[in-house]
Amino acid sequence: MVIWDPQIEEMPKADIQKLQYRLLKTLVYRLYSFSPFYHERMKQANVHPDDITSLADVKKLPFMYKADLRDNYPDRLFTASRDDLVRYHVSSGTTGKPTVVGYTAHDLDNWTTSLARGLVSCGLGRSDVIQVSYGYGLFTGGLGLHYGAERIGATVLPTSVGNTERQIELMQDLHATAICCTPSYLLHMGEVAEKMGISIKNDTDLTTGILGAEPWTDVMRSRIQEWLGIRAYDIYGTSELSGPMFVECTEQKGFHVWSDLALVEVLDKDTGETLAPGERGELVITMLQKEALPMIRFRIGDVSVLDEEPCPCGRTHPRIRRIQGRVDDMLIIRGINVFPSQVEHTLMSIPEVGQHFQIVVDRRGALDDMLVRVEISKNAFSDKINDLMQIRSKVEHKLRNALNVGVNVELVEPGSLPRFEGKSKKVIDRRNL
Amino acid sequence: MDVKNYIIRQISVFSENKPGRLASIAKAFLEEKINILAFSIAEADGFGVVRALVNQPDKAFTKLTALGYNVAFTDVIAVKMKDQPGGLFEIADLLGDAGINMEYAYAYSGKEAAVLIIRVDHVDEAVSRILSKGGTLLEAKVFI
Repeated sequence: MVIWDPQIEEMPKADIQKLQYRLLKTLVYRLYSFSPFYHERMKQANVHPDDITSLADVKKLPFMYKADLRDNYPDRLFTASRDDLVRYHVSSGTTGKPTVVGYTAHDLDNWTTSLARGLVSCGLGRSDVIQVSYGYGLFTGGLGLHYGAERIGATVLPTSVGNTERQIELMQDLHATAICCTPSYLLHMGEVAEKMGISIKNDTDLTTGILGAEPWTDVMRSRIQEWLGIRAYDIYGTSELSGPMFVECTEQKGFHVWSDLALVEVLDKDTGETLAPGERGELVITMLQKEALPMIRFRIGDVSVLDEEPCPCGRTHPRIRRIQGRVDDMLIIRGINVFPSQVEHTLMSIPEVGQHFQIVVDRRGALDDMLVRVEISKNAFSDKINDLMQIRSKVEHKLRNALNVGVNVELVEPGSLPRFEGKSKKVIDRRNL
Repeated sequence: MDVKNYIIRQISVFSENKPGRLASIAKAFLEEKINILAFSIAEADGFGVVRALVNQPDKAFTKLTALGYNVAFTDVIAVKMKDQPGGLFEIADLLGDAGINMEYAYAYSGKEAAVLIIRVDHVDEAVSRILSKGGTLLEAKVFI
């Protein structure tokens, strides 16, 4: 079995821990000296870098949150000078304000290395043609996998998103063997291909899917594998970590988290207590080597289980099992993060509708479908259908701009939507993931 | 002649397109002993507007608003038609001649005559033009 970097990937656990401790210590000293934000946060938590004398001491350190990036928009958390930055990526934020992440050359190299290890761990290599159907541009998915795939010497087919029929033609003509996209987009491709008279299983060379950026399940995996005749692997990451970072190995039992790059803790989401490996809780991730935008004890918001058991593939780094939920109410719609608070924020700027809303998420065919129900306000009610349709289009347009994802809007009677009854009533997710 | 005499207050109610909504509105009218003289439903994808001419519009407005409905008054006019073949043509032709653009229209055929209820852009002007072309408009007081 091929391993990209055996020296790191098969490093004995004791050595990994020593390496992690050294990297953590360096990171904390560096941030205490150079990051006014984290210096202040450590002062508030009454922690000094000298207090970190073992790897377990990581739990003395204060947390970082998604909101910290938003509050310090665009780049006040950066600890590299502009001269040393080589790239930005931007993702949509929770209240209309985006989150900006930056990279030094070293950061990009680590990101690419992480993906190179992961792609090799699921069996890809020089002879593969990897179709990257994640968006290229501000989103991290496209460019991240592009460079990861080039690093292992594979041939990249950079199709980005959209124009599904052309994607399928190119997949066939250029003999793509692997595809990187969201699981729902791959299912959509399968359906479009069948309409074109093409069976992905029988009429293409596709063997591997690297699927992520939205929650999916082992049931979906089985369906995809059986229907499309491929092996489907989960990939995980967020822009705060760099982008997509970790890919499942051929065992398909969770993704290895490279311990020289990331330190993972699993906490009880109510008490904040550290949980033992194998217990389900909130993931907290410390990026050990990031230069431009360090993330220490980042409350990423995902819930899963850390698996420290030895992996038959030989890699000694722990695995995170498939993400099993969120601690907050974030929704992932066609690969895009959507917070109900963004919807609320947008609706408040539209006088024709009230601020009460309900989100209904469904899966139409293979793709996510998001419906937002809003109440038409008293003053805006016109008995002309055209006026009402225009209000609806306006709301749809504004929501699409704010969320970066297409939304259908339904106008409902005032007072008919549930009020203040918690998120379970505000969001109805019928996707059965 | 005061054009205001011919401007009728129609009740318009926003309604979701789902079973039971019309019954709920009709029940409100029943409870208040309000008589419906003319009525239509306009529907779009997922919602509709119920429009009605009733004998006690203010009472209807208060009742429906109290029930949480989004209700508005809309000014419409009612043109009398002959209840016989060609009756609609005669009036439609008159409206065309008068250069009146209808937003929407609906009709009822009553004991004495047939009536076309229309919503127009400039209601005052429309009233004058219809009358000057020899049309007959129902007076608003019929509906109160």
